[in-house]
Amino acid sequence: MPMMANNIYPIKTEHSNELHKGILASIPIFIGYIPVAITFGLLAKATGLTLLESFLFSALVFAGASQFMALQLMSLGVAHLQIIAITFIMNFRHFLMSSYLSTLFPTHEHHWLPFISFGITDESFAYFSTQKQNQGKHFILGLQYSAYASWVGGTVIGYLFGAIIPPIIQASMGITLYALFIALLIPEVKKFYPAAIIAGIGGLTHSFLTWLKVFSPGWNIIIAIFSAAILGALLMGKDEEEVQ
Amino acid sequence: MNVILLIVGMMVVTFFPRYLPFVTISKWNLPGFVKKFLRFIPYAALGTLILPGAVMAIPGFPWAAIVGIIAAILFSWFRREIILTVVISIFAAYLVLYLSGY
Repeated sequence: MPMMANNIYPIKTEHSNELHKGILASIPIFIGYIPVAITFGLLAKATGLTLLESFLFSALVFAGASQFMALQLMSLGVAHLQIIAITFIMNFRHFLMSSYLSTLFPTHEHHWLPFISFGITDESFAYFSTQKQNQGKHFILGLQYSAYASWVGGTVIGYLFGAIIPPIIQASMGITLYALFIALLIPEVKKFYPAAIIAGIGGLTHSFLTWLKVFSPGWNIIIAIFSAAILGALLMGKDEEEVQ
Repeated sequence: MNVILLIVGMMVVTFFPRYLPFVTISKWNLPGFVKKFLRFIPYAALGTLILPGAVMAIPGFPWAAIVGIIAAILFSWFRREIILTVVISIFAAYLVLYLSGY
């Protein structure tokens, strides 16, 4: 049936095209994850985990900071239930990020939602929330799971081969993910000036709380994002009413 | 085996905060203020993720990190190329490390 063929073929290529675009867009995240994942792999080995356990850490949890925290607490002999509780608070910032993305993503894709949710990290969130032109599920999954492959692959490489990146390159690459966040934020600031104020409030609040050391790092992030976004809603609300 | 249980526990408590908003919030009719609040989360989160972490991105060499940050800000201000921005920022940090005899 030529009619069907005509209908199906372009849709298929469009999908693989979207997937391809997602994978391309993930390149900075892919590059940024590698040195961090390698470090995680070699630290996991040093902590006494098996290769399988190290692999499962990255493959099932997929949340960098909390994985490093878990290694540290395990070596201190902290109870597992307590580590899980701290992980919950540490990664709860993703609740705020997912809340935003739920207003953006194709939430009717029930079957894919668990996979899309699992793939949400600080970096993929930063990308999706600023680059709004591509929000199809193929693009989303392509970006997320390319980054995932880098994280899981880097962990295994780090476990097996240790620090294979020369120290000076490894150290320089520490800036990668921050450069990505900046590259995503600056165009937003140029489009919408108050974005700089909200981001500044978030960054300064987080810096202050980090210096203060009253709450745990997980709480610091949640409080900083929450208070900056609330202030934004309060301050900009007036602006919008004036415009209308 | 105990470690596997820890990993599964960490997976569960990490996954659900990522997942729940998609099956709840997306179905709710949110009041205006909450919508506004959500709209500002990306900027708030980006700022929070950048500071203070970026300054401490290269342990022991804050200046290498700061030069890398400045390079990223300047370049992305003039050209909207994410990958190039990242590469230039890494290179700028590398130069500072190299010159300070890392």
